[in-house]
Amino acid sequence: MQIIENNEEFDVIIVGSGAGGGMATKVLSEAGLKIAVVEAGPFFDPADPDQMTQMKWSYESPRRGSSIHRAFGDFDAAYGGWDIDGEPYTNHEDSNFRWFRSRMLGGRTNHWGRISLRFGPKDFKRYDQDGLGDNWPIEYEDVKPYYDKVDKLIGVFGTNEGLPNDPDGYFLPPPKPRLHELFYINGARKANIPVYPSRMSMLTKRINNERGICFYCGQCNRSCSVYADFSAGSCLIFPAQKNGGQVKLFVNAMVRAVNTNDEGRATGVSFVNKDDRKEYSIKGKTVVLAASACSTARILLNSKSAQHPSGLGNSSGLVGRYVHDSTGASRAAFVPRLMNRKTNYNEDGVGGMHVYTPWWLDNKKLDFPRGYHIEVWGGMGMPSYGFGFNPNDLNKHFDLPVGGYGNGLRDDVKKYYGSIVGFGGRGESIPQYNNYCEIDESTVDEWGIPVLKFNYQWTDYEKKQVKHMHNTFEELFDAMGAIPLGEKPGADQDYGIAAPGLIIHEVGTTRMGENKKKSVTNEFQQLHDADNVFIADAGPFVSQADKNPTWTILALSWRMSDYIIQEIKKQNI
Amino acid sequence: MMNRRKSIQTLVLGAGATALAVHSCAPSAEAESLQIPMSNPLSYGRTSKEATHDEKIMAEQYFSEAEMTTLAAVCNLILPGTEGYKSATDAEVPNFIEFMAKDYPDFQLPLRGGLAWLNRQSNLKNDTEFATADTAAQKEILDGIAYPKPDTPDHQQPASVQFFNLLRNLTMTGFYTSKMGIEELGYSGNQPNVWDGVPQEVLDQHNVAYDEAWLAKCIDQSTRNTVAKWDENMNLIS
Repeated sequence: MQIIENNEEFDVIIVGSGAGGGMATKVLSEAGLKIAVVEAGPFFDPADPDQMTQMKWSYESPRRGSSIHRAFGDFDAAYGGWDIDGEPYTNHEDSNFRWFRSRMLGGRTNHWGRISLRFGPKDFKRYDQDGLGDNWPIEYEDVKPYYDKVDKLIGVFGTNEGLPNDPDGYFLPPPKPRLHELFYINGARKANIPVYPSRMSMLTKRINNERGICFYCGQCNRSCSVYADFSAGSCLIFPAQKNGGQVKLFVNAMVRAVNTNDEGRATGVSFVNKDDRKEYSIKGKTVVLAASACSTARILLNSKSAQHPSGLGNSSGLVGRYVHDSTGASRAAFVPRLMNRKTNYNEDGVGGMHVYTPWWLDNKKLDFPRGYHIEVWGGMGMPSYGFGFNPNDLNKHFDLPVGGYGNGLRDDVKKYYGSIVGFGGRGESIPQYNNYCEIDESTVDEWGIPVLKFNYQWTDYEKKQVKHMHNTFEELFDAMGAIPLGEKPGADQDYGIAAPGLIIHEVGTTRMGENKKKSVTNEFQQLHDADNVFIADAGPFVSQADKNPTWTILALSWRMSDYIIQEIKKQNI
Repeated sequence: MMNRRKSIQTLVLGAGATALAVHSCAPSAEAESLQIPMSNPLSYGRTSKEATHDEKIMAEQYFSEAEMTTLAAVCNLILPGTEGYKSATDAEVPNFIEFMAKDYPDFQLPLRGGLAWLNRQSNLKNDTEFATADTAAQKEILDGIAYPKPDTPDHQQPASVQFFNLLRNLTMTGFYTSKMGIEELGYSGNQPNVWDGVPQEVLDQHNVAYDEAWLAKCIDQSTRNTVAKWDENMNLIS
C-alpha cells in the first residue's frame, strides 16, 4: 500500500486528545511550538447542537437512553465502550480484561466522573510502606506545583481538610449535600467512618470568562455545553487553539506506529485515515504518546525496527507489563426513611456525588494492602430506560404482594422513587509483572493493525480488599437504617470484585523509573530508548493509588511538557 | 410559564454569553446571563453510524397489526387510563415496545410468544382472542401470570410469568420515561438551576438537618459569578 507522506514537519506530534494529550497540547502550543494532534475518533464539541446530548429528555431517544449501543446509555458522551465494532482485543485463557476506549476528540474525559483526587505523599512511595510493587522515582513535592496549577487552570471543588494522604488544593467551594447524602453523612458518622465533601472538576464558581458555571443538571457524563466541567476538548484543546496556538488536528486518524530513523529516534507517526482507509505519515521532531495506557503500549509494540526489534521503548521487555486497574465493588440498598419523597424540587446537582469517603484505615491492622475510597449515589434522577422495572419488588419488605398490574403500580413507583442509595468502592491494586498486554499476532483490527491481547488476574490482595469493602458497605447501610439489596458476594464469586478494566482506571503499561532495565520511561516520561518520544497518559504510573488517575495524568503531562520545552531550548532533543 | 427552551435561553449562566435582558429585581444568581447552545431538536446527538441504525430499524415493522392490538390491550391493563390517569397507549408505549423489539432482538421471541400465549388462553376460556375479550376475562388471565412466586429467580418462573414480568417492565419504563409519565411522577430536574440545598420542609419530613460546619464549607451561591482567587495558602479569597 502506498503511504501518503505529508512533508510539513511539526515540532511535536501528540497522539491522543484526552487528559494527557490535551494538557500537552495546551502547554506545548503556548510555548510557541507547532503541534499536530492525532486522534483516532471524530471531532467533538459538546456545544455543537448536532453532537450535544445535554438537557435531552429520555423520550428524545427512541430507546429511552438504554445502553444497547453506548455502554453508559444513549446520552453518554463516549463514542466507544468496552467493545468497538471492528476494533477487537483478545484475552488469554482465564483472563477477562475489559478495555474501554472512547474514540473522539477529548477521549474519555468527555464522559468521566470528574472525581479529581491528588495522589498523596504515601501514594508515590508504597514499596517503602508495604514492600509490594515499587516506589515512583518522584515524590509528592515534585508533582505538587503541577497539581496546584491544574486546580487553578481547570477548576475543582472540594475542601481543605489537612488529611495526611489526600492533600489540600486550590478548591472551589463544594455544593451542599442532597437528601440521600445527608443520610450517608449521618450513617458514616455513626459508623465512625469519615465523610467529606467530594472533590470534582465542575465549576461551582467562575474561574475565567471563557468557561461557564455549573447549572446543576447532573449530566456531566454528557459533557457540558457551557464547558463548566473538565473535558479535554473544551478546557484544553479549544483554549489552546483560541490562544493562537499552532495546533493542527488530525481526526479519525488511527495511529499504527511511531516511525524511527537509523539512530532509533522518532521521525513521526504513521496512521490510517478512517475516512478513506489509506495510510498516511506525518513528520515530527518529538512525539508524545497520549493514546491511553494500553493504546500507547500497542503503538510502541507495533513500532518495530532494526533499532527497536521488540518494539519502540521496549528494550526492558516491560512495555505492556504491570497494567493495573482500580479494584471495584458496589452494592445498593433501600432506605425506608427515604420513601414517599416530595418531588417538587430539583435535586439533580452536579453529575455524581457531593460527598465521599477517602481511605481512612491503617493497613497494619488489616489483612490486605492499600486502600479504597467510597463513592455514593442515589436521589431522584431523571427516569430513563430501566426506571420502573420490578416496580414493587420492595413490597416484600412490608409483606405486601409483588407484581400485579393496574394503577396501584403507579403508587408503588412514587412511593419508592428516590429511596435507593448505592456505594462504589474503588481501591488500589498491586501491579503485577504477570498482568500484561501484548500484541496478538493472530488478530488485526479493521485498519489492519495487530491488536492487543491481555492477561490479567486479580490476586488475593485485591480480593481481600474488596471483601472488606462489602463489609464496610453493610456497616454503613446498617448505620443509615438501610436494607442492603441482593446478596453479599462470597468467596465463590471472588467477593464481587469487578473484572479488571471495568473501573476504567487502567495504568502502568510503560512505567517510569531510574533503572532502564526495570522501567520504560524516566521520571519525565521520556523513553529510555528514544529521547524524543514521551508518554503523557497513565502508562508511566508506577502505582495507581486509591484515587482516580485523571488529576495526576494532567499534572504529570504538564510537568513532562515543561521538561520538553526546556530540553528543546537546550537543544537536547 | 416559559417553556423549557425559552427558559434555557434566558436563564443566562454561561460565560461569553450575549447579555440578555436581566430583570433588576432578580437575585444575583438568577440574574447571571446564560446561553446554553441549543441542541438540535431533531437529533439526540447521534454519530452517523448510530443514526443509520435508527433509521433502518424505524423503517421496519416487527409486530403485526393484530399483535400491536393485543399489545395495546395488555399495556392498558398494566397502566389503564382510568381514575384520571393517562394510559399506556396515551404515552405510545406499544410503539416504544415495538422499537425495543427491533433494537434488542432478544426481546422478540418472549414478547411474540407471550402475546400468542395470551390469545391461546383467551380462545380456550372465552372463545375469542385476548384483545376482544371483556375486561374481566382479560384480568382473569393476567391474574394467573402477574404474581411471580416470591424468592424464585425470574428465569425459573414459568414462561408466561417471565413474559408478563418483561412486558410490565417495558410498559412501566416506557410510560415513566415519556413526557406524560415524567410529568405524572413529578420529576423536577433537567432544567438549568442553582442548587442550594434541600428545602427545609423536605428536611423536616425526613427528620434530618444540615450541619452548620458543613454548610459553611459550601458554595455561597451569591458569589458563584465572581471569578475565584486564592491566596498562596490555598484559601479562596474571592
